[in-house]
Amino acid sequence: MSQALLDIRNATKIYQVGGGMFKDKREVVALQDFNLTIADKPATITTIAGESGSGKTTLANLVLGFTSLSKGNIIFQGKDTADMSPAEVIDYRRNVQAVFQDPFGVYNPFYRIEHIFDMVIKNFKLAKSTADVRERIEAALNVVGLRGEDILRKYPHQLSGGQRQRIMMARAYLIKPKLIVADEPVSMVDASLRAAILDVMLRLRDEENISFLYITHDLSTAYQVGDQIYILYQGSIAEKGLTTKVIDTPKHPYVQLLVDSVPEPDPDTKWDMDIELPDEETMRAGDAKGCRFYPRCPKGWEHCLSAAPPLYKIDSVDHEASCYLYEANEAAD
Amino acid sequence: MATPAVTLETSKPKRFNRFDNPWINPSLIIGAILILLIPLGSLVGNLVWDTDLAFVGSAPLKLPPVGFARDTIRGETIGTWDHPLGTDGDGRDILALIIVGTPRTLAIGVIAATAGMLLGIILGFTAGFMGGRVDDVIRLASDVTITIPPLLVLIVIQSVIPVNLIGMALLIALFAWPSPTRLIRSQVLSMRESGYVKMAQVSGASTFDIMFKEIMPNLIPYLAASFIGNMTGAILTAVGLEVLGLGPQRVPTLGSTIFWAIQLSALIQNLWWWWGFPCLLLAIMFIALLLINLGLDEVSNPRLRGASE
Amino acid sequence: MTQIQKTERGKRENKLEPVLKVRDLKVFYDTPQGDVLAVNGINFNLYEGETLGLVGESGCGKSTAAYGILRLVQEPGRVVGGNVYLDDTDLMALDEGEFRRLRWTKLALIPQGAMNSLNPTMRVHAQIADAIRTHEGRQSKAALKERILELFRTVGLPARVYDMYPHELSGGMKQRVCVAMGIALNPSVVIADESTSALDVVVQRVVAQTLIKVKELLGVSMIMIGHDMGLMAQMVDRIAVMYAGKIVEIAPVRNLFKDPMHPYSQVLIDSIPSLKEKKPLKITEGITHDPRNPPPGCIFQLRCPHVMDVCRTEEPPLRELKTRQEVACHLYELSADGEVQRVASPT
Repeated sequence: MSQALLDIRNATKIYQVGGGMFKDKREVVALQDFNLTIADKPATITTIAGESGSGKTTLANLVLGFTSLSKGNIIFQGKDTADMSPAEVIDYRRNVQAVFQDPFGVYNPFYRIEHIFDMVIKNFKLAKSTADVRERIEAALNVVGLRGEDILRKYPHQLSGGQRQRIMMARAYLIKPKLIVADEPVSMVDASLRAAILDVMLRLRDEENISFLYITHDLSTAYQVGDQIYILYQGSIAEKGLTTKVIDTPKHPYVQLLVDSVPEPDPDTKWDMDIELPDEETMRAGDAKGCRFYPRCPKGWEHCLSAAPPLYKIDSVDHEASCYLYEANEAAD
Repeated sequence: MATPAVTLETSKPKRFNRFDNPWINPSLIIGAILILLIPLGSLVGNLVWDTDLAFVGSAPLKLPPVGFARDTIRGETIGTWDHPLGTDGDGRDILALIIVGTPRTLAIGVIAATAGMLLGIILGFTAGFMGGRVDDVIRLASDVTITIPPLLVLIVIQSVIPVNLIGMALLIALFAWPSPTRLIRSQVLSMRESGYVKMAQVSGASTFDIMFKEIMPNLIPYLAASFIGNMTGAILTAVGLEVLGLGPQRVPTLGSTIFWAIQLSALIQNLWWWWGFPCLLLAIMFIALLLINLGLDEVSNPRLRGASE
Repeated sequence: MTQIQKTERGKRENKLEPVLKVRDLKVFYDTPQGDVLAVNGINFNLYEGETLGLVGESGCGKSTAAYGILRLVQEPGRVVGGNVYLDDTDLMALDEGEFRRLRWTKLALIPQGAMNSLNPTMRVHAQIADAIRTHEGRQSKAALKERILELFRTVGLPARVYDMYPHELSGGMKQRVCVAMGIALNPSVVIADESTSALDVVVQRVVAQTLIKVKELLGVSMIMIGHDMGLMAQMVDRIAVMYAGKIVEIAPVRNLFKDPMHPYSQVLIDSIPSLKEKKPLKITEGITHDPRNPPPGCIFQLRCPHVMDVCRTEEPPLRELKTRQEVACHLYELSADGEVQRVASPT
């Protein structure tokens, strides 16, 4: 069996917040014992879904190396990212790329668009000659429906958000990494352009064998492009499995609430009942024991407070949920 | 019936800035021209006017500027074109003094501000990037230095050890570094979190690359504004020292001219041209620097600009 | 108090007369290269008690239209023409003082990003009290407090929010504070601009439900500006679709979703991702023409799959084709007996 492309084991990230000379620091658990495996072949799109505070952004930062783990390991192609030499780090960067949410902030306003391409070509030694450089950039831009002569000499503020985000995808295509971490790539882009960007993602997966870690809060786009999905709630996995299975038949009460709250674009199907949100404080009890969702769970009972529920299998290996409702099923590994 | 408040305008509204380029704005241009006039003026002046007249005793004493008359015990003295701005109580030609002194005053500002800025860049970047202890130490040092009144300390130093022009400029720079340091540090801290720095990291850029190729270019408007501010402060401090008689003794400067004017009771004797013209030149210099600063503000803060882009 | 308000509104003489009539509103932005025609002559009615959705992609001018109606357009934008009738008063003809009395008391706006514009140094009750006092003059503190608490009950906020600072509240709560501020003076019309973007799905649902509840309780007429078609389906009665400064279709919400007539509406409806089935992605462009220089004739001609010659020269008027469904498109013709016929488009 080939080694996994990305293997995240028991990843935990704890932030120290607040504190000063006279106040104690508070611990916020952003990610707790998180496990994820992305196979080397075939290329897949793994969705990490969740609301704010779920830990999905933390996960992106960890995989991209912007922050380090408190506990656990991230292993990429057999090598632990914590033990990489500087040369291996460059190699890691070349193989793990990113597309970010904000199509404006990622461009340095001082430089023209060509700067972002030049940077990667130089650092990752992607081309052999000037002519080669130009050819590759042009090919990459064509994949997303843009042309070099329209784009390269312009400044970022002269282009639209949709164009800028497509250029980011072109950049990812140019590098041809093994894994792309796409952090909310379409949330700041107009609805009509989202399809174009998601389409590029699918093509990169199918034609170039690039896997994706697609991080989003939008279940509809996840449904359209994701193969596997992990739904996070306050740092832990609530439910995971095949995207269609999890969204069609959610088992965890939180995921059921989430799927139900997505507004249905059908005027005849309204939300069936009003829901209330509990107070902010009880929602974010980071040091609480037991299931994090308990304060909001319509089905919670005393047992849920004893310890955080592990993942249980739901009918097959393709679907697991961490809820004591399924304690009777066998525990997932 | 009230007059309609919303006029249905079909005519084009007036535009303040015909050009897209924010660098071409009135304040910046006027300020820059005024400042450049100083070295230019002194260059021309040196060629056209006899600067030896700045020495003591080279002209009749206390001559008023051309067109003015002054009452003395011996009758009226009238200004001549030989000395269009008059002379001082020691027989120095005011115009010569200005031609020689003004660029020197400007030079002090430039040297002090440059030295301060260089120190600021080094310390600011280090503090911003390295964080932790290093940042704490640099921050403490800059906070303490800011609270020390520069004039007081410089008075003490220079009354004990006489310094020349460059020495004085560097001493002033010792007090000028905290503000660019803090500015650069805070900008580095905020730019470090920006999307394009993250993008550069993901693109394999080294820390050096990130500092100087990504962050530094965006700091230029702030650096320029800080530089001008420092220049103003440095000139003010230098002039302050000179007016107290603690400036460099060997060369005439605007400040030292004013010093001598006060020493030799120009105010009582109503020799207004003696201290008046140096003051006028100083005022012009400060106004020019202020205008440049306002102009730079328009560049870095798009909201202050005339028309939109 | 809210009961009385509702009865008064019910006394409107002619229920078929719209509360708000916008006629040929034009708002342009001045740039060094010429005027951007952000809102280029829009016409619509808002009827009593209904919620009208205003949708379109970014840059289509929907937020600008809201600011235009409320006369809050700032430099370099300016209102160039048009009339807005609120109960027969032309808002554009009033002078600033008179209009200021109407603004917020009869016509309120919950602006985009409102929750980020709450004053971080003032407690919540102070900010709402400020808004009320500015428009109604001094009040007794006790009455004001009671009123604010009543507002909180209406939007579903717990009473303890009264003394809190904005940064202590979650996104959903902040947004509901903004809704409370908008309805504080019992306006007849409320314009909500992107009130639920930047919120999590579940919180979004709560805020959306709050807006629906507020509307029913107070009988306000609402204009909801947004781009999330799913939310629109849940919340509005009629939808107006905007493209590049013009309204291309206005229809009851069911009609728009089941049978969109304008080609752009069709694009919008088609590109809604669904949670029910995996569809192939439909790829389209954004606004392709220069907003300073729109093409003569139909505004959508550069992207329309059914474009005809007449579209390039003549601008199609917004006509009522079916009951309460207005479309601006040359594809449709009304035959003699009022039937809608579709003109054959060239292949």
